[in-house]
Amino acid sequence: MTAIIEKIDGRTQNPRMMPPIAPTFGRHPSVIPGFGITLGLTLTWLALIVLIPLSGLFLKTSALSLNEFWAIVTNRRTLNALKLSFGLSLVAAMVNLVFGAIAAWALVRYEFPGRRIFDAIVDIPFALPTAVAGIALTTSFAENSWLGILLGNAGIKVSYTPLGILLALIFVGLPFVVRTIQPVLLDLDAEVEEAAATLGANRFQTLTKVILPIVLPALLTGFALSFARAVGEYGSVIFIAGNLPNVSEIAPLLIVIRLEEFKYADATAIAVVMLLASFLVLLVINRLQRWSERRTGR
Amino acid sequence: MSVIIGTLRSRSVTKSSHSSHNARGEPAVVRWTIISVAVIFLTIFLVIPLVTVFQQAFARGVGPYVNALLEPDALAAVRLTLLVAAISVALNVLFGVTAAWAIAKFEFRGKSVLITLIDLPFSVSPVISGLVFVLLFGAQGFFGAYLQLHDIQIIFALPGLVLATVLVTFPFVARELIPLMQEQGTQEEEAAISLGASGLQTFFRVTLPNVKWALLYGVLLCNARAMGEFGAVSVVSGHVRGETNTMPLHVEILYNEYKFMASFAVASLLALLALVTLIAKVALEKRAASE
Repeated sequence: MTAIIEKIDGRTQNPRMMPPIAPTFGRHPSVIPGFGITLGLTLTWLALIVLIPLSGLFLKTSALSLNEFWAIVTNRRTLNALKLSFGLSLVAAMVNLVFGAIAAWALVRYEFPGRRIFDAIVDIPFALPTAVAGIALTTSFAENSWLGILLGNAGIKVSYTPLGILLALIFVGLPFVVRTIQPVLLDLDAEVEEAAATLGANRFQTLTKVILPIVLPALLTGFALSFARAVGEYGSVIFIAGNLPNVSEIAPLLIVIRLEEFKYADATAIAVVMLLASFLVLLVINRLQRWSERRTGR
Repeated sequence: MSVIIGTLRSRSVTKSSHSSHNARGEPAVVRWTIISVAVIFLTIFLVIPLVTVFQQAFARGVGPYVNALLEPDALAAVRLTLLVAAISVALNVLFGVTAAWAIAKFEFRGKSVLITLIDLPFSVSPVISGLVFVLLFGAQGFFGAYLQLHDIQIIFALPGLVLATVLVTFPFVARELIPLMQEQGTQEEEAAISLGASGLQTFFRVTLPNVKWALLYGVLLCNARAMGEFGAVSVVSGHVRGETNTMPLHVEILYNEYKFMASFAVASLLALLALVTLIAKVALEKRAASE
């Protein structure tokens, strides 16, 4: 304590020890130092690692004429790859929406053996490298595995088909839906449900008319995040996909193939289309966020 | 954008069961149906693949497993992965701390745009994250001729692997620190400064202790992703065995050569890393919650 007082005394006596005043670009003048240098370094680093490399993509594409660009993007194989990537990602996100919501509900609301372990492993797709996930899924669903035999008896073939791609995309998107809904379900006020029940609503009515509207923004956000992740996914898909052009070839793989053929313009054009699409999804996610903030008043 | 963080941070908070409460509970039949569906879904998609990795890795016993890991190319892949991850994590910690300081401790215009830009790599396909560096530094790239003239190798070499990994893991540390440091405000730092502490002293003695768990958490996630990155690294690597092959790429090569056991052996190390990451994450969350 005395040390502090001494310091304060020292400072008042010696004006040179006054803290330097940071440049104030904003509303609050701040005594905290380091604004210029930290912001400068942040912007420089961001530009070098993210912005300049990504804009190189657009620069490279701008060297193409509109006709050339259009020809690449509407090429049959490209279109099929894009359709496959976006279509299956949409289906995977829908599957995750339904089953992710069920899983989140079970994990938050019910007590059952192994609940905490299941809760912890929901993050596996975040932590497990995609290549490992790819070979693991392929082997788990291979025709000679017990899951594969089970599905085979039901007449379903998974490996090396678009269905296999779908499974991989469900895997990578799964945690996004569960983890966006979980906190909202946890925050849900018990009184809301009790009030609905007191006012004569049955459980189904409470669920669809009271709980669903509250959870809806989180559901949609989880859906969009899961979709965005699936569209760009590469590692976990290529092992199980079979990679047949026009049938089971995803867009990121086609980019890699074009690169290996030294068709840089083709690879770049496909990448630009995918990038623009993901920006669009990002925009939607942002809107959803704001909508949900407005609704919940947070 | 804060959702992404929310999802990554994913608390495994538990809630005391309310099922005894009539108004919030479902009939037992419904309850057990929902639990069964959830358990079956999570088992098929998460448990079985994870178990498969270890089952296949030890399919021929411990001896062959150890031999597969001690193979020179496998060891080289492990070394390269550790090196790339160490450099990338260090760079991202520096960037993350710097960016979080600027964003959380000061008010300036365009802040939300900056945060969005930092998050940008999350929404870029890993393949594209590799492609952009090929376009810049590849033989036919913008700087290709210059680099060749001066005999500098970036693509198909360590610098390319690091660049691609840094881009992919760019947001991890910053995104953990920014919300927390914003929440904590500037009062403690202002007090320290007005008591005569220097900027660096303030950071190391006041700010850092306040955010150490979040920083560790960011490092953990960043490291897991850096070691496991496949798509971006695959594009810039060139797949030279023993030289530019990281562990995930080595897994792919072995698998494509039908050396399944060896492939799963290397994969099991990465799966172990994922499990350790998850356990550490749960422990960190408990710790952060108790403080």
